[in-house]
Amino acid sequence: MFEIHCPYCNEKRPEIEFAYAGEAHYVRPTAKEQSEMSDEDWSRYMFIRDNKRGEHAERWWHNAGCNMFFNAIRNTVTDKFVMTYKMGLPPRTDKQIDAARRTDAKEKASS
Amino acid sequence: MKYSAISLFANALSGHKKWPVQFPDKEPKKEYDAIIVGGGGHGLGAAYYLAKRYGITNVAVLEKGWIGGGNTGRNTTIIRSNYLFDESAAMYDHAVDLWDGLGQELNYNLMFSKRGVLMLAHNVHDVQSFQRHVHANRLNGVDNKWLSPEECKAFCPPLDISPHRRYPVMGGALQMRAGTARHDSVAWGYARAASKLGVDIIQNCKVIGIRRDADGAVEGVETEKGYIASKKIGVSAAGNTSVVMEMAGLRFPLESYPLQALVSEPVKPIMPCVVMSNAVHAYISQSDKGELVIGAGTDQYTSYSQRGPLHLQEHNVAAICEIFPIFKRQRMLRSWGGIVDVTPDRSPIVGKTPVKGLYVNCGWGTGGFKATPGAADMLAYTVAHDAPHKINAPFNLDRFVGGRLIDEAAAAAVAH
Repeated sequence: MFEIHCPYCNEKRPEIEFAYAGEAHYVRPTAKEQSEMSDEDWSRYMFIRDNKRGEHAERWWHNAGCNMFFNAIRNTVTDKFVMTYKMGLPPRTDKQIDAARRTDAKEKASS
Repeated sequence: MKYSAISLFANALSGHKKWPVQFPDKEPKKEYDAIIVGGGGHGLGAAYYLAKRYGITNVAVLEKGWIGGGNTGRNTTIIRSNYLFDESAAMYDHAVDLWDGLGQELNYNLMFSKRGVLMLAHNVHDVQSFQRHVHANRLNGVDNKWLSPEECKAFCPPLDISPHRRYPVMGGALQMRAGTARHDSVAWGYARAASKLGVDIIQNCKVIGIRRDADGAVEGVETEKGYIASKKIGVSAAGNTSVVMEMAGLRFPLESYPLQALVSEPVKPIMPCVVMSNAVHAYISQSDKGELVIGAGTDQYTSYSQRGPLHLQEHNVAAICEIFPIFKRQRMLRSWGGIVDVTPDRSPIVGKTPVKGLYVNCGWGTGGFKATPGAADMLAYTVAHDAPHKINAPFNLDRFVGGRLIDEAAAAAVAH
């Protein structure tokens, strides 16, 4: 079982308190955009997901805790969480992900 | 060598020390007429049918690990075809037709056992929807019949049909042609038979790139063992299909999830059939070794890790104990996870891709094992003819643009 850091509770909680909520930073087209969209674009929005092997930006929901949605970077090969961050923040850059990875390694070394 | 009572006897005389290798582990040639990426049951079967039925024998199967080490060795070996929609019924029933007599055809004991799959109804909605399934199946020529609770108990004695249970058994749909088979044998049997027809089976050979010519058509694949040329590439890579397709610049409507299963310690024969329950969310059968084989739905998050959390196994076991209180003191032996590629409508994608010469068989989600011979045959047909067969034509990629989905999601997403 994972221990997932909720950025709102600011603590690590067991996985069973959380629900996976799909790919992060997925923006629903506005009504106007939808009316002008091609079938291919609509299909891309509806059905195509970033099924990445490696570090994946995704949403989680702390449904048995603070009930907030947040975003996370998780490695889908090792299932290890690299970082979690609050909703509404822009997608993490490679630099930010790298920094989080280093802090995590440092914490592990010191503990 | 043909396996028979005579060959068994002859080899017994030499102490079983002179059995020939079942299939040689080949090094890749420079070029093939067709390449199949993925050496599971589906991929090996496709290579076999290409050679056997469609006359293309210069074929290579590329497997990144060892054959049958992916989902072919990680499922719960259930075979059935009681799907709701016409397209699915045709596809899965084609597979069940091929399962019949496959052991003879491959000269390999697949231990295919038509012991029946019983799907339990626990509430009025289940009863109505399963009866609809039974009627839809019968219209499509797929055997399926409705049993009362007492008939369920007579067919599967360990079942508790007391009306006072939390999830009472209100009836069940039984497909008698359904059952189980030995999954490793399926991979080995296809590999041996394909190899005999001239197919090269290349293990530890991960595909790392797909090379395309100026017109965009495939030319060959880059692998860990070097470049291999081929104008036709069939991808049968299950959970890793998205990764392979990205090498050709394609994004597929797939998400890869772990699907866990577990077995108990071996016990004497007690489960005569496969029992599934959508409402309580688990399924169970007994292997010939005596282990109770238990599975349920996928994990909640996407992953390529081939394992999952223990609390989901607890859920599975709790569900089984709810239906079969008799198993409450049964101890579990081992568990595993496979990575299943799930489509939005829970139906597979078998056919051509927008890239010329690139064919795909994917999206079987949690129900790929049962379809092994059918999917393999359809992929082989599509690769050989550069056009889909009428059975797999509806399972195209374009349905996610045009909207003609085969929405088994509601009908079959849970119990595979």
